Amino acid sequence: MENSIEITASAPAEPTTSTLHKLLRMRETGLIAIILVMFVIMSFASPYFLTWVNMRAMVMAFAVEGIVVVGMTILLISGGIDLSVGSVTALSMVIAGWLFLQGIDPWVASAIAIAACTAIGAFMGFFVTRVGLHHFIVSLAIMVIARGACLLGTGGRPLGLYTLPPEFKFIGQGTIGPIPLVIIIFLVVVLVFDFMLRRTTVFRKVFYTGSNEKAAAYSGIRTKKVIFLTTTLCSALAGFAGIIYMARFGSAQPTFGLGMELNVIAAAVIGGASLTGGSGTIFGAILGVVLLSVVSSSLALLDVSVYWQDIIRGSILLAAVSIDHYLHKKRG
Amino acid sequence: MPDDVILSISNVSKSFGAIRALRGVDFELRRGEIHALAGENGAGKSTLMNVIDGILKPDSGEINWDGKPVRISSPTKAQKLGIGFVHQEIALCPDVSVAENIFMSTTNISRSFLMDYKGLEAKAREVFRQLSDIDPSVLVRDLSISNQQLVEIAKALTLDCKVLILDEPTAALTEKEAQVLFGIMRRLADSGIAIIYISHRMIEIFDNCDRVTVFRDGQYITTRDVAEIEPADVVNAMVGRVIENLYPDKQAQVDKSEDIILDVQGLTDNKRFSDVSFQLKKGEILGIAGLIGSGRSEIVKGICRLEGDISGDVSLNGEQLDLKHYQDSIAAGMVYLSEDRKGDGIFLDMPISNNVSALKLDQVASPLGLINRELEDGQAERLGNKLNLKCGQLSDPVSSLSGGNQQKVAIAKMLSVNPKLIFLDEPTRGVDVGAKAEIHRILRDLARSGVGIVVISSELPELIGVSDRVLVVREGRIGGVVEGDMITEENIMHLASGLDAQELTG
Repeated sequence: MENSIEITASAPAEPTTSTLHKLLRMRETGLIAIILVMFVIMSFASPYFLTWVNMRAMVMAFAVEGIVVVGMTILLISGGIDLSVGSVTALSMVIAGWLFLQGIDPWVASAIAIAACTAIGAFMGFFVTRVGLHHFIVSLAIMVIARGACLLGTGGRPLGLYTLPPEFKFIGQGTIGPIPLVIIIFLVVVLVFDFMLRRTTVFRKVFYTGSNEKAAAYSGIRTKKVIFLTTTLCSALAGFAGIIYMARFGSAQPTFGLGMELNVIAAAVIGGASLTGGSGTIFGAILGVVLLSVVSSSLALLDVSVYWQDIIRGSILLAAVSIDHYLHKKRG
Repeated sequence: MPDDVILSISNVSKSFGAIRALRGVDFELRRGEIHALAGENGAGKSTLMNVIDGILKPDSGEINWDGKPVRISSPTKAQKLGIGFVHQEIALCPDVSVAENIFMSTTNISRSFLMDYKGLEAKAREVFRQLSDIDPSVLVRDLSISNQQLVEIAKALTLDCKVLILDEPTAALTEKEAQVLFGIMRRLADSGIAIIYISHRMIEIFDNCDRVTVFRDGQYITTRDVAEIEPADVVNAMVGRVIENLYPDKQAQVDKSEDIILDVQGLTDNKRFSDVSFQLKKGEILGIAGLIGSGRSEIVKGICRLEGDISGDVSLNGEQLDLKHYQDSIAAGMVYLSEDRKGDGIFLDMPISNNVSALKLDQVASPLGLINRELEDGQAERLGNKLNLKCGQLSDPVSSLSGGNQQKVAIAKMLSVNPKLIFLDEPTRGVDVGAKAEIHRILRDLARSGVGIVVISSELPELIGVSDRVLVVREGRIGGVVEGDMITEENIMHLASGLDAQELTG
């Protein structure tokens, strides 16, 4: 059997992949490069771009949505998708705001709202794993239902929450040193989930399930439980994001988050999450968020009409996914 | 008789990047012959077939069709010439009728706006008259795999083909179904069609083909009349070395132990199987035979609690098991290697090390549930070495490996939990000869070291080669057991198709 080594070896192994080579092949590296290039170009094009104020505004603009992206990325990795995140975010605000106006303590109201959103996620998870419907359909229905509930509960008008106590508003408006608390919360969520996704056995099962649900079941993994939990987690994080928005705006807006799901999914996919499950990273998805908002911010600074922004964002999504698909095909 | 040559290929090369898949190969096909193409996975068989079918463009070389040089630029062009290709994977539309599937490409070029379903069915019936009695109006999803395969062949035949390429058509067929297919192949060949037959199974090649061409590492090795040579010659040409023993030595009489690893009594799920009882003794390899659909896989999956709602007693090493979920089975030390490797055996796009650790992540993690990469890689490396796994890096996706090495990853995954008992369903399906022999040796070593080994296989020579005892399942019940010299194809087929044990011959 000595010489079997050459003979049974399959396709010749690729030239040894160095760490650098590997780094270059990673999705994240490409995204960072693109973002840096845009930074350089923009700092020449607009003196205002690289200022602390603009940077802070930019991060503030995507920080809360970034929390939703975390949940969405995990759900995508497990093979699911959730179109209802925008509506659920709004519903969270509306529930908490309405309860607050009924005289309930804002912290308690927020806890109830997040619990309600978590329950919505569990409800969707139930339909997906027990009834056997597709995520797309279930979350589409919930998207419409949750939005309807928002409008029903508020009569379609924003709820002004002028009497919110300052310590509650601090979540959305306060700063620690020079850094807004919102950004700190965002970073903590990102770091915690990124670490857990990379390192914990619980989240590894999410990858197994998304990569090949049947093989995961044949490895003793309770795939339905995994999908149920990722679906629930995504809604819970959307609910959490809703509370931060409420603290930031001092109001609950029933029409908030229209189209948010598309932005969130786009960011995750640009960052390398696969719509068929099994791959994706939080870090990549956040880079996707950063890229999209650098583009938005740049276009705004360059006085490009807002109407162009969606066209350009959509084109970026298409380009990013096409390039990735092409690279994968070439590698395979 | 050069006039007989319908297709000849000379000096064709094809590279993918640095990989030279074909290095100046020759191939010649005569009218009316069944020409086997043999070679290990990666030898270049599929690449050559894809060149002939116009899917791939050769880098250099010449293709002659009927004596004239041709360029086959696309599958459509190949179809026009008269080349029909039945791929290994069935690619039919499950939700439409057999007739519509067969005439998919003619419908595609049809000028008429409306579908003529009646006409299609009538034409399909005509095609099937020479093949089998499949009803063209049923949906493809309702057909067995073997009948789906026949639909694929019928589809190729409707294109008035002169050359028919069959890529491992018997991989999913039972012995009996395969025999039917060979009968059809011979009739087609007699009518003048040239058939290229790709298979790993020597017996099939020697029983049914006229000539055989062997490829190795992208190179043409030889073409011989089957009558002139022995199966061993072909195997040796394929692997480029002498394989002395395809199967390892069986258990010696002295090894026989009366310790019972697995004891199954009265296992029933009331749908696929009932009242199944058998035992597995320490040190032996137990084979399970049975036609597809006989319930042989279902029984094993039932024991592991992978599917089905079962009743009955299962004891492992004398301890009665009370399992609720496959997780409990893994914890008890009983694991199942799936027959459908890509479908449910491995995570193709995930790293090798992550595949190996999937059954019991706790083994490579801290008590808090943090995965330790070093432990995980170490585990994959240790088991990979044990199984002689050939791979680049452990972080490479499993999809980068050959079929045999993918299967080794799947086996490593089973071994990662130090199992007491492994059920292997089709352990060498889609695995080349060299790796196959290695896997058989590994199974024997495991059995010797006291791990219970149960092998399910549709390939009778494999079962006969590796098993010390064979359990034959028929229609969800144990049809009989054969042991020692009584393990022959005839005896197994008799039991599988319903004859009494008394009639068996040793």
